[in-house]
Amino acid sequence: MTPLPYWLILSSILFAIGLAGCLVRRNAIMVLIGIELMLNAANLNFIAFWRYGSGAEAAHGIMFVLFAIAIAAAETAVGLALVIALYRLRRTVQVDEADALKADDKPR
Amino acid sequence: MRTVIEMVWIVPVLPLLAAGVSALLPRQRRRTAAALAIGAMAAGFLLSCVAFAATLQPAAPGAPFRLVRNFEWLQFGSASLALGWVLDPLSAGMLVMVTLVGALIFIYSLGYMAHDPNFTRFFCFLAFFASAMLGLVIANSLLLLFICWELVGLASYLLIGFWFHKPSAAAAARKAFIVTRIGDLGLLLGMVWLYRETGSLLFYDQGQGCLEQAALSKLVVSTTLGGLALSSAIGLLLFCGAAGKSGQLPLHVWLPDAMEGPTPVSALIHAATMVAAGVFLVARVYPLMQAVPSGAAQVSTALQVVTWIGACTAIFAALIAVAQNDIKRILAYSTVSQLGYMMMGLGVGGVAVGMFHLMTHAFFKALLFLGAGSVIHGCHEQQDIRHMGGLRRLMPVTFAAYAVGMMALAGVPLLFSGFWSKDAILHAAHLWPLSKGPFVLGAAGALLTAFYMTRQMCLVFFGPNRAAHASAAGGHVSAQPHESPAVMTVPLLILAVFAVGLGFLGSPAWPWFQGWLEGSTTHFQAGHLSEALPTMLLSALIVAAGMAAGWWLYGRAPRQSPREADALQRLQPGLYSILAGRFFVDEFYAATVVRLNAGAALLSDFLDRWVWGGLVRLTAWLTGQFSEIARMADEFLVNGGFDLGCGRLRRGGRFFSGLQDGQIQHYLSVIGLALAALVLWLVWGGAL
Amino acid sequence: MNPVFFILAVVTLAGALGAVALRNMVHCALCLAVTFIGIAALFLHQGAQFAGLVQVLVYVGAVAVLIVFAILLTRSGDARKGVAVFSRSWKTGLLTAAATLATLVAAIVNSPGLLREAPRAPELSVRQIGLDLMSQWLLPLEILGLLLTATMIGAVILAMPEKPSGEPAPGPEKGARP
Repeated sequence: MTPLPYWLILSSILFAIGLAGCLVRRNAIMVLIGIELMLNAANLNFIAFWRYGSGAEAAHGIMFVLFAIAIAAAETAVGLALVIALYRLRRTVQVDEADALKADDKPR
Repeated sequence: MRTVIEMVWIVPVLPLLAAGVSALLPRQRRRTAAALAIGAMAAGFLLSCVAFAATLQPAAPGAPFRLVRNFEWLQFGSASLALGWVLDPLSAGMLVMVTLVGALIFIYSLGYMAHDPNFTRFFCFLAFFASAMLGLVIANSLLLLFICWELVGLASYLLIGFWFHKPSAAAAARKAFIVTRIGDLGLLLGMVWLYRETGSLLFYDQGQGCLEQAALSKLVVSTTLGGLALSSAIGLLLFCGAAGKSGQLPLHVWLPDAMEGPTPVSALIHAATMVAAGVFLVARVYPLMQAVPSGAAQVSTALQVVTWIGACTAIFAALIAVAQNDIKRILAYSTVSQLGYMMMGLGVGGVAVGMFHLMTHAFFKALLFLGAGSVIHGCHEQQDIRHMGGLRRLMPVTFAAYAVGMMALAGVPLLFSGFWSKDAILHAAHLWPLSKGPFVLGAAGALLTAFYMTRQMCLVFFGPNRAAHASAAGGHVSAQPHESPAVMTVPLLILAVFAVGLGFLGSPAWPWFQGWLEGSTTHFQAGHLSEALPTMLLSALIVAAGMAAGWWLYGRAPRQSPREADALQRLQPGLYSILAGRFFVDEFYAATVVRLNAGAALLSDFLDRWVWGGLVRLTAWLTGQFSEIARMADEFLVNGGFDLGCGRLRRGGRFFSGLQDGQIQHYLSVIGLALAALVLWLVWGGAL
Repeated sequence: MNPVFFILAVVTLAGALGAVALRNMVHCALCLAVTFIGIAALFLHQGAQFAGLVQVLVYVGAVAVLIVFAILLTRSGDARKGVAVFSRSWKTGLLTAAATLATLVAAIVNSPGLLREAPRAPELSVRQIGLDLMSQWLLPLEILGLLLTATMIGAVILAMPEKPSGEPAPGPEKGARP
């Protein structure tokens, strides 16, 4: 059986990759992909702690994962709708160009 | 009776509504606009007849029927301006005349203007004019009369310039407006003076009006410059307006030019109704004009002036008409001349004499103008009588109607209305105590009238048709002249009936018209005829002489080509050129008044540009220097400290706004670093 | 160290790296799907079968497809040369991620309590999970349902084409239409 720290380090690397994706890519969809990776890293942590925890019977970890997945799906749907609205408004999905709230501001 | 006076205001309002509605109509709704205008006039005619019938009974023997309805219009402090309308024989007669002639001319216009693209606008203007004219007629306040007076002037301007794309029409419209405005200045001054002296502009107001005894007796006794009675002075100022509107001598120049408008307009406005408004005004304020101090039996100064100006205008315009070649221009000068007769009639014989000629003239002159319009229409817009001729066979209905109108105007004895009304004027002039001059001038004018109308008839309807020469000269083939459609000839025939029949209402044997205006009952008395017989015989002789002379010169040997010299020109070339040049009044005005005006304008321009302009520029320069100094003070003293503070604020703002750059990834980075720092602090900071 | 875990971890991390680092975004989306499948396999490996299946259904079946659609709709798929894929501040981003990773790894390594034996694998049937959801987790479930409804409405409103007669349109495809 693989020890718990391996799982945690795996999840940490996954989280770091997601965070890096969020921070370095210009495309808003790539930012969302990064966020998905970070959420999955968190889910991996939940499962790992559930498996190695004491109250495995209570299935709390599973429940957390299920709820997190559902909320993540909702978040993705809203995020992508925002991206499409942004695209319709500005003809671009580059996040560094979308730095003003008012539509008539010219992108830098 | 009370209901009649309460309803009189509807008569002018109906055409106003028609005008307002047709102004909003799209251009294609030609039938609607015409139907509205004609319907309004027809309804107005029926109402006018009701009002007319009401005035047939005198209120008391010797006092004409009169009902007034006044109302407050403006209130300033304790003073107030009242307006109102009046129903008496004068206004009722005018109402009937204007609505009847107006309705007939409207119907005639259906045919005459049938091909005009702005047909709808034309009827809108016509209805507007009719409304203003009817309002003028029933006004019981000099102010209301003045308002309508200006409105008919505006309508006249619009209609003379109806074909505004023609430069001559636009110029004629402007000229008419400006020349009548000179007279209107006098009218305005007279009105203000009258208000100052009497405190009321209402004509009749239960003893308080400005034409009633209380006010008049006050006005008569006080005198102004040169011993002129105040009433006469005000009357003369009012007469200035009347002279402008009715084309009396110094101000007649606009009326012949006004013939640039469509012919129905010439007939309605510049022959039958609006130009008669001046005569009507004098008749309306007649108590003021004729007022003399009690005891003195002479004629008031105002009436003397009216008489002399009228007589001079009558002969002057008749002379000019002799040598004109434009069919409408001849009629226009004839109108000026006849208006002179009316003024003279008012001066020498009173309201009844002048108004009788106004009524008969309205019908036969409208008839003549419409006939001329029919001729012009039939001859394809040809207006020069030298290019006509021989139309008697080609346009029989028009010829018959025109002949009736011509004989009424010339004053052919017994059968035609013009004879009776003109004879009444000449008779009164003959009896005038002061001078026989007006009588002589009037008689000479009658001779000339017969002469020039005969000339016109000969040239237009007799002899060979000379249109072929014109087309040969113009280089295009013009069609044969043709009779006009029934919509144009039927109004002609109706007017012809009135031109004949109206005269019998005022013959010396049975002066019904006079009695009606003055409120007395009259009966047929053949004996009165014998009193007037010498004058009648004389005027019949004059007419015969004039017509004979006209026939001798023009009918005996009809001219064969348009280029031939005029018969009178061969006899008296010098006289003819002066007459054809219309005594060079226009040229005289151009050389004096217009040049003076231009000189004054140049002088004003110079003063404006260099003297006042220099002052303004100096002021501007000084102001500029002062503001420069103020700017320096501001910039270096006041703004220095302020700018420093502002600069610091802006630098601070720029720093903080740099943090808020809108880049979400920067925000996220900060969050990530803060998370890392937090975890480090939690794990090794001793919190756990 | 279990070889199954090792292989799955490598596949997952490789997918994740590809998902964030490739230029072509369609490839990124495919790599993301690989990562999701890898994580689902790791869940199964841990004995959380239900969570693994849900992961496959929701992430691979829905989210990945959604992302592909978004890429196509916004025309982000056709990567053009010369258009920068990485933001100007990518160094800061990498530094932040590295700092976070270092912090987390340091925390994990310095936690000796984590080194313990796993208990025996729990027997957790789908029926049990369903019963739990309907009893103990009922309130969160209802709230989640509410959230999903609101999300659906919000997403529809956001992505719905605006009415042409609305406020002055900055988008060219909308402003051109009357």
